[in-house]
Formats: sequence, structure tokens, C-alpha cells
Amino acid sequence: MAEITMPKMNLPGTATTVSASAPLIAIENLSLYYGASKALKNISLGLGEKVVTAFIGPSGCGKSTLLRCLNRMNDLIDNVRIEGSCKIGGHDIYAKDVDAIELRKRVGMVFQKSNPFPKSIYENVAYGLRLHGMKAKSELDAVVEKSLRGAALWDEVKDRLHSSALGLSGGQQQRLCIARAIAIRPEIILMDEPASALDPLATARIEELILELKKEFTIVIVTHNMQQAARISDYTAFFYIGELIEFDTTAKIFTNPSKRQTEDYVTGRFG
Amino acid sequence: MGIHRGHKARPAEWLAEKFIFLVSLSAILMVLLIFLFVAREALPVLFGETNTALVQKPIPPDEVDKHSAAELEAYLEITPDQLARMSKETLRSLMDVKVEAQNDIPEEFRNDPDARINTTEWQYLLKAHQWSGYDKPEHIWQPVGQVKKFNIIPLFVGTLKVTLIGLFFAVPLAVGAAIYVSQLARPRTREILKPVIEMLSGIPSVVVGFFALLVMATVLQSIFHYQTRLNAFVAGIALGFAVIPVIFSIAEDALTSVPRAYTQGALALGASRWQTAWQIVLPAALPGVFAAAVLGFGRAIGETMIVLMVCSASVMSWSIFDSARSITTTIAAEMAEAVSGGPHYRILFLLGALLFAATFLSNMAGDFVIHRFKQKLEGKK
Amino acid sequence: MNTLTPSEYLPEKSADTTRFTRNFRAEKFDFWSFFFSGLTGAATWLIVAILATILLNIGINGWSAISWHFVSTIPKKDFFDANTTGVLPMIVGTSIRVIVMTIFVIPVGVITAIYLTEYAANTSLLTRIIRAAVNNLAGVPSIVFGLFGLGFFINFVGKNLDKILHNTDAVWGQPALVWASLTLAVMTLPVVIVATEESLKAIPAGLREASLALGATKLQTILRVVLPQALPGILTGGILAVSRAAGEVAPILFTGVAYYMASLPSHLSDQFMDLGYHVFVLSTQSPNIEQTRPILYATVLVLLILTFALNLVAVLIRSNIRKKMRSMH
Repeated sequence: MAEITMPKMNLPGTATTVSASAPLIAIENLSLYYGASKALKNISLGLGEKVVTAFIGPSGCGKSTLLRCLNRMNDLIDNVRIEGSCKIGGHDIYAKDVDAIELRKRVGMVFQKSNPFPKSIYENVAYGLRLHGMKAKSELDAVVEKSLRGAALWDEVKDRLHSSALGLSGGQQQRLCIARAIAIRPEIILMDEPASALDPLATARIEELILELKKEFTIVIVTHNMQQAARISDYTAFFYIGELIEFDTTAKIFTNPSKRQTEDYVTGRFG
Repeated sequence: MGIHRGHKARPAEWLAEKFIFLVSLSAILMVLLIFLFVAREALPVLFGETNTALVQKPIPPDEVDKHSAAELEAYLEITPDQLARMSKETLRSLMDVKVEAQNDIPEEFRNDPDARINTTEWQYLLKAHQWSGYDKPEHIWQPVGQVKKFNIIPLFVGTLKVTLIGLFFAVPLAVGAAIYVSQLARPRTREILKPVIEMLSGIPSVVVGFFALLVMATVLQSIFHYQTRLNAFVAGIALGFAVIPVIFSIAEDALTSVPRAYTQGALALGASRWQTAWQIVLPAALPGVFAAAVLGFGRAIGETMIVLMVCSASVMSWSIFDSARSITTTIAAEMAEAVSGGPHYRILFLLGALLFAATFLSNMAGDFVIHRFKQKLEGKK
Repeated sequence: MNTLTPSEYLPEKSADTTRFTRNFRAEKFDFWSFFFSGLTGAATWLIVAILATILLNIGINGWSAISWHFVSTIPKKDFFDANTTGVLPMIVGTSIRVIVMTIFVIPVGVITAIYLTEYAANTSLLTRIIRAAVNNLAGVPSIVFGLFGLGFFINFVGKNLDKILHNTDAVWGQPALVWASLTLAVMTLPVVIVATEESLKAIPAGLREASLALGATKLQTILRVVLPQALPGILTGGILAVSRAAGEVAPILFTGVAYYMASLPSHLSDQFMDLGYHVFVLSTQSPNIEQTRPILYATVLVLLILTFALNLVAVLIRSNIRKKMRSMH
């Protein structure tokens, strides 16, 4: 990908040590099987609060699969079996009494390909709010506006809130999906290659947005774009064929990785 | 052989391609032929060339030349073909016979106003008429007897009644099942349920009719306690059985073709499976589901054997527990007794042509909606 | 980019201080989701139950009434007598009319499907008209096919054939086996076209390209690479058409079926007896329905075995093809 000039921004002060003693998301010995094949192998990982963590690795390495474990979207596929534990805020999300729906309300997700509903822009953002029982028009209006502002989309759509979301450009659609996700105030936002289908300009806007959002949210992002990971994340985890190879601060991963495989990948020798 | 194009390079291949092309036109040809030949038998009614009046103004044999061929054909109830082959003498003697036959009509009929009516005229086909012996104008289909009454309104009412009962029963069940199978059931359950429900369409309608007649009619009567054992209600429910697989297949297909991205988006927001299906998937698939109902309607009004076996009396009534006679039933039951080329025969063909037109339109509408729907989902507008 | 700070433009943070420590149990039971999931599930299982009831009712009652004598006997004129009756001529009649139909419909249907998938430009007007015609043909009521058979095959083709052959008596210009078969062939044409097309589409484009790249002509590619691959699909189409046609009664009512015949049909211009029509006759014309009941059930069972078994096979092959196709994409 061609280098693009990034707008000047206040880069966050990167933490130097990996996470505090009690991370927000604690993955322990997690393995995932599709039928008989093991797609994730004994992953252990702790992710901190209000930081951006990037999952990188060549395609098929399991980074998206792991991401989808965090809001149990893998439940929707038949034949998927999970071993080990994954705790959010100390609660095992795969425990018997956990309601996947309740979990997903609190762990939001933005997909690789923008997927606004075939409804109006307003209704797209309001949908999640209504699901959570918000009914009053004035309340809805206020949160929709705030969310759209939060996703840096308000100025572009404020005059056509009630026209179809499918009429927006790709980048706008993706920002709408982000607005939709943040409207219900999740604790964590999962992003699955959110900018891979966008042009460089739209990508830059999304990245800018992610840096703003991390002041309020914990963000986990999957990306195959290493520059992107370097630009926006505080921590980076490198995966290879279902295994976690290395997890450290982004600065360390990209400047001085401790594993040979990581170095080969981030320097572009394979992948 | 050089690298030339065209039929000179490979004549056999060229011929084969032309042949394949021509054969592929057969579907179009068949639709045209069906329309042409069903309408052809019905045309004389449309153009008012049939006459069923018992008492007609006799044409004296000497005045043969003053009348057009069409008038003579209707008067003598013969085909143009027969007229063309007839010699002057045969024609004359035929006309003598006709005049004599007219003179032989008993006096009491001659005075009956009904006997002068050509019952195949449009007003008698469509509008209520007060026949002698009746105390108010009525819509009557009664193709036998001295004065044959061909009012087609009772048949329309019967058809609509049975069809609507069938759809009322089938649409909620089939669409509900389509939602369940496509959105809520586990993938493995879906793999089993889908072919099982589609198997219902493999039961011949005569078997459904048989089942309704022998088993269902009795069961339903003991539940609802109505008077006539065989009625439009039973026929409608049985018809529903036949229509369910049609509606289910199309609706399920429409629901499945809604992109998974929508479903995932909603689930990721914390919507339940049902909320996703009802609030996101169903609205997106609505045109397809609507089309399923329209195509189900087309299938239902064309169904013959079920209604024929379960109820057939032609009474003009909207009550669902009365009997009803549909258009298809009428054609099936009466064609055998209708004289080939006679007015009754032609009106049955007219009914067939109307039925064809109705299903043609509902099919076109259904296909159009589905086509647009699929295009929209694929992002082409 | 606007200059607001995040806390100003982001949605209010909830006052909830238990954030991050709250567990993920459902706050309240979602009654409506549960209710409607159950409702649609009930609709599904009701349909399955209806199907099961019909099949079991016929299977159990029919099985106890069926016998070898019953399926191998040519009945006397009074076929309502449970002791002497049989359905051999009906089985023969139904089978022959279906076989003759297959001979007409398979080539035409397969060739049309080949044109639609291999040759036609998908967007051309003609292709769209052909597709519309196929769809419409599939929706024409079966009784209208019966009228068409009478008006076209018998009154037009048959009568003119008699004229040309100088038959003094009507030979072809009357209901006959061949006309019933042809009528059914027109009716089942879309079934064959759609099934064949589906299986042709399921063949990967790479296969065709590989053949073409070796210098094969399009026709050679179709004949040697595409068609052999599509054979299961074509078979499905044929079976579906046969199973659909075997159970249809309305289209043959005026085109060839006979209430009773003392002997088996021996010529294409003969009339024939038919299982489906026989079911109709037995259930509506019987002088004593209680006495006819066993033979009626037995006849229905024979008809169901003939149509349903075929249909089951076709559905299985078809779902296999669909699975293959889905795994391809």
C-alpha cells in the first residue's frame, strides 16, 4: 500500500509494560475447534482498559476468529467448540449462565465490510437503542446525534438523516456502523479489519476516529495492515497459524520484536 | 484450418448451435400456443357468435343470400368449416329443418320470455337476471335443462372463496415456517426440515383431495360442528396443504438471500435471533415474501382435483361453510358432457382462458417483484 | 475534524458504577422473542405433522389392503368390488404415459437449459423472455393444460392428421395416449429446464475454461465435459418431472384417460386407465364408500409409492447438488 500523509495528531503516550495485574479481558488457554480441526491453539492474553490492541498476522492465522470469541459471534457457526476460558471484567463469558445477547450489548463490533441495515441513517443508529428499551423520541434524537458526532459523521449526514443508509459512500457507511456500535455505549469495541475495504482517505478518517474513541472505549482491532497497527495501537499481538507468537507494546513489536517470526512478518519477509 | 471465425470454419458446430437456439424457443412457443388455442375455442362467445335462444326468428330458406356466413353459422349451430363444405341443397334442407324445429316448439315455451334469451350474451354471463319462476334477479350457473344459464359470477365467488380460505391458512404457516427454518433453526435442523417440507409438494393433488374427502372432512366437522360435511372450508384447508410448499420454498429462499452481514450486524448489537429475523431480515425480504404469497395465489386458483373432490355444488354464497364450485372444478366436471363446439363447450374454454390470464398476471407480478428484489440485494438498482 | 473533546460529543456515560464488574446474565427474560420463536417453530412442526399424518394414514391403511393379486389383476367392469378388482391397467397406463412424456420432454428441456446457461447472454431481451416463458409455463394451472391438449393436440393436430391420412373414423382426432403424454410434456418442461439449469450452473467455470483452453470447441466442451458432470442434475429433473406428471389428473381428463377399458392400451392412439384418475373415480363415484375404502387406500398407496418415492430420490440428489454448489462459493 502506498504511503499516505497522515494528518497531524496527538499520538498517545505509549505504555511500556504489558498491562496491569488485572486486565479487562483475560484470555486463558483458549482453544477453538471447527469440527476436528483446531483453529486456535492455547491462546493466553490479557488486554487492558481504554487502550487499542491490534491483532496482526497473515490471513488464516486465527486473529478474526479470536476477535469473534470475545462477543461470542462464533456461537452462530455449527460445529464450533471452545476450550479454556475468556473473562471480561472477571466474568467468564462462556459460563453457562451467560446470555450471549447481554454480552453483545456490552461488547460492540464493527465488521470488515460495512453493513448498515437497509433502513434510514437515523434508524440504523436508533436500532440498537430501541433494542435496549429506549423509546422517547427526544432521548433517541439526542443520542443519535451524539453518536453520529462521535463517529465524525454528523456534519455530512445531518440534513439527510431519514434517507437510506445504503446511499452513503463506503467510508461513511463504515463510520455509520461505528456510530451504531458506540450509540449503545459498549464497554469494548471489536473491529474486524474496519478499513480494509476503504480508500486511503477514508481509512485515515477511521484511524483518526479510533484514536479519539480510545479515550472512552477499550478497542480491539484486527488488521492486516501493519502500518495501521503501528499508527493506532498501543499493544500488538502477532498470530501465526492459530498460535499467539508474541504480544507486547506496539513500539516493541515493530522496533525490537523478540521472536524471529514476528520480525520476519513485520519487516514484510512473509505474509 | 486457419483461425477463422464463423460458420464456414465449423459448419457442424454452427448448425448445432442454431438447432439448440431454435429448441430453446419452445417454451415461448408453448405459452403462445396455449394462449392461442384455449382462446381460439372461446372466441365465438367473445364475439357474440353463439346463440342459445330456444325460440329464434326463423330465416326463410329463400333469404339465405341476405345473411352473412357468420349469422348462418350461429343460426344453424355449425362451424365455418362445415358451412364451407356444404352444398346449396344441403344448406337449404338444413334451413327447412330448422324452421320446422322452430314450429315444433310447444306453445308454453314459446310464451316463456326466457326461451327467447341468448344466454351467452355478456349481460347474462355477468349480471344477475330474474329468470321466470324466480322472485328476484339472481346469478345462476346451470348449464343443463331447457334454458341453459351460464352466469359465471358464482364460479368466481366460489374460486375466490376457496382460494382465500386456503391462503389464509397457508400463508401464516408457510411464512412462519420459512422464518423458523431460515433464521432460527440450527443449521443441521434446517438441512432436515427444508427437504421434508418441500416433500409436501410431492404429494399428488388427487391424493390430498382423497385425504380431505375421507379423513379431514370428518375430523373438521366433528371440531366445528357445521351442517354440510363437504364445504368450501374443507376444500380451502386442503388447498392450503397444496400451496404451503410453494409459498414456503419461495419465502425461505427470499429470507435466506438477505445478506448475512445484516444478521451479523444486528446480533452484534445484542439483538436476539427473533428480533433480528423480525426487525432486520423480514423487512429486507418483504418483497420476496409478498411474491411468495402472490405465486401461492396463482397456484391456488389453478388447483383442480382437490376442490373437485371436496365440494362442487354451484351455489352463490360467501359463507365458508357452504359449498362452492371453482372455475377449475367446473371445467373438469362439465367438459365431458359439453357438446364439442357448442356454447357450453365454448364458455368452458372461455373460463379456461380467464384462468390462464389470471395466473399469467399473478405469475408475472410475482416474478417481477422477485427479480427486482434480488437485483436490489445485489446492489444493482 | 471538529474540535470538541470526546466527553462533549460522545454519548453520556451511564451512571452505572458497576460497569466492567457486572456479570453477563440476562437482565430480564425476553418473553416476546421466546414466544415468537416458539410460534414459528410450532408452524414448522405443524406442517411436518400434517405431512406425517397424511403419509402414515395412507401407509398404514393402504398396506393392510394391498396384495399381489391387487396390483397384478385387470379388473372387470365393476371395479368397486373389493374382492376381484385390481389396478394393473392403471399402473401400466400411468407408467406408459409418463415414459412417452419423458421421451418428448427430456431432450427439449435439456437443450433449452443448455442454451440458457451456455450460450445465451444473461441480459439479452430474448433470454429474459425465454425465462419469463418458462416461469409462466410452470404457473399455468394444470386444467388449462388439459384444455390446451384438447384444443391443440386433439382438435387441431389430431383432426388435421386424420384429414391428411384420410381416416374415415377419428383415429388421432380423439383422446389418446400420445396426446395425454404430449400435454404432460408441455406441463413438465419447466421442471426439466430448471433442474438441468441448476446443475449446469453448479459446474465450475474453470472446468469449461480448461477444456476450451485445450482447443475444444464450445459444443465439444458441452458434450464431453459439461453434460457428463450435469448428469445427476438432469436425472433429478427427469425424476421430478415423472413424479409430478404421474400424479397429475387434470391435464389428462380430456386428453386420453378412460373410465374403464377391458384391455391394456396397445397403441399410441388408444385411451388408457390411470392411477390418479382411478383414485378420483373410486372416491367420488363409489356406490358404497365404506366397501370401497380398502381398495381406495390401496390404490392411493400404489400411486404414492410411484410418485413419492421418485420425488424423495430427486429431493435427495438435489439437496446434494445444492450443498456442493454452496461449498463452491
